[in-house]
Amino acid sequence: MKHESIETNSGLLIVLTLIVISIGGLVEIVPLYFIDDTVETVKVDGVDTIRPYTPLELRGRDIYQREGCYTCHSQMIRPFRDEALRYGHYSLAAESQFDHPFQWGSKRTGPDLARVGGKYSNDWHVRHLVAPRSMVPESIMPNYPWLLDTPLRYKDIENRMRALKMVGVPYSETEAEYNANVERFGKEVADMLDINYATENLVKQAQTGNYDLDNTDITEMDALVAYLQVLGTMVDFKQFDEGYFATFR
Amino acid sequence: MSEETQKQAVQTTGHAWDGDLQEFNNPLPRWWLWGFYATVVFAVIYWVLYPAWPVGKGYTTGAFNDIEFTTADGREVVSHWNTRALFYKEMEEARTLQKPYLDQLKAASYREIAVDRDKSAFAYSMAKVLFADNCAACHQAGGAGIIGQYPNLADDSWLWGGTYARIEETIRKGRHGFMPDFADSLTPQQIDDVATYVLSLSGIEVDAEQAARGKAIFTGPEGGCFACHTREGTGMAALGSANLTDSIWTIADVNGAEDLAGKKAAVRAVIANGVKREMPAWENRLNDTEIRILTFYVHQLGGGQ
Repeated sequence: MKHESIETNSGLLIVLTLIVISIGGLVEIVPLYFIDDTVETVKVDGVDTIRPYTPLELRGRDIYQREGCYTCHSQMIRPFRDEALRYGHYSLAAESQFDHPFQWGSKRTGPDLARVGGKYSNDWHVRHLVAPRSMVPESIMPNYPWLLDTPLRYKDIENRMRALKMVGVPYSETEAEYNANVERFGKEVADMLDINYATENLVKQAQTGNYDLDNTDITEMDALVAYLQVLGTMVDFKQFDEGYFATFR
Repeated sequence: MSEETQKQAVQTTGHAWDGDLQEFNNPLPRWWLWGFYATVVFAVIYWVLYPAWPVGKGYTTGAFNDIEFTTADGREVVSHWNTRALFYKEMEEARTLQKPYLDQLKAASYREIAVDRDKSAFAYSMAKVLFADNCAACHQAGGAGIIGQYPNLADDSWLWGGTYARIEETIRKGRHGFMPDFADSLTPQQIDDVATYVLSLSGIEVDAEQAARGKAIFTGPEGGCFACHTREGTGMAALGSANLTDSIWTIADVNGAEDLAGKKAAVRAVIANGVKREMPAWENRLNDTEIRILTFYVHQLGGGQ
């Protein structure tokens, strides 16, 4: 191809420019899909402890995204001492392997939430989401009072799980998929990942979890608090030697 | 004339647009060219020293650039260069610097920390940060809590006990504060009577006759309040039941109410609705030393027992 024909044909020039630029991205990203260590192995007694979200947590995550929580809160603790002291163990790639899209970020208007699960009581979360300044006087977070009054819509939960299954999240629909999940996550977790019982599981978790302190109905608050309370809790770091996760990098 | 000479000295790329539009083919400036070669050399050195190229299912991990660190439990680890190993190295350095102080705190009893100025100053400054990161969201920055929701740690009243051992247990295991609701088991009149009696326990002037009726319910089988709050109303730290005689109100905002009716309404609401409070457990989130330091800090906040 002659130099002149490229320079005099803007369409061709654009296409070739895009190809050249994308090579830079591709050589950095593509190998990660083939390297074994990209996603850490986190097994305790031969069982994966990092699991996909339960139906209720999944709806909570949807609401987290709908309300734009990610615009102020990241979910990625970097391996620095100051971050570890404030937020806890640095985040693993494995911990966001079922996140589509992931919630990493580098801009923190609010604190990082990667390990917020279990840090506060359900009660605190409910009050804080309804009126953040009643708990943290200096907070600039907006109020989200409607979460407590809005019934959770979950009649499409099966389809939401199917959509995620298409991009690789191991929710199960067939017997074989279920058995594979039992093998991988244990029976208790596999039961929660079964699309055929999604509605049942969602209702049961909302009612037994007492997330919004009111068991008479299932609100968006139930889902969001259930999601917040599971963040960063799936890895018990006491089970692993310090330095173990450095071997993956 | 000089323009003519320049044109002749520099070659053109050879193509012409619009008839006479030509392009000089100037050589790259020297400084730029050598700068470019320098980046190439830098890249090659980088490939050798740092993780760089994907190879099959792995990658080159870099050579001559290992990081050595000692873990918290004393194992020596050598790792190829990566940011996580750097992090452990950073943690180790901080640990080494803090070790002399932390060792002293570990070995000393709480009382010894309290009377030693160096030890208590170190514990105090470390605890302030820990408290702000982990406790202040509920108990507020100064530990004063929120009336009705989260207990005040800065007063001299301890729901679950104010000794070092009890405070440490509270932080370690968390607490579930619970009082049943009496809306169904007592009539509104009875609830009002009990509320009146409870107010009288803290020395608030109330109708003596009504308080006596309330006392009968409080100490009798109907209310059964005494089972947790004791017959005298002083509460039990083992159950986290409040002392009702000390004028300190953690849930009903009695002191914030303007008149007797308001005070009664505040207490009535607690009796009718019950209490359900939860403090999370921290033993998996904080290490033993951190819990110790926080215990010391919380204890001195309220002048513990």
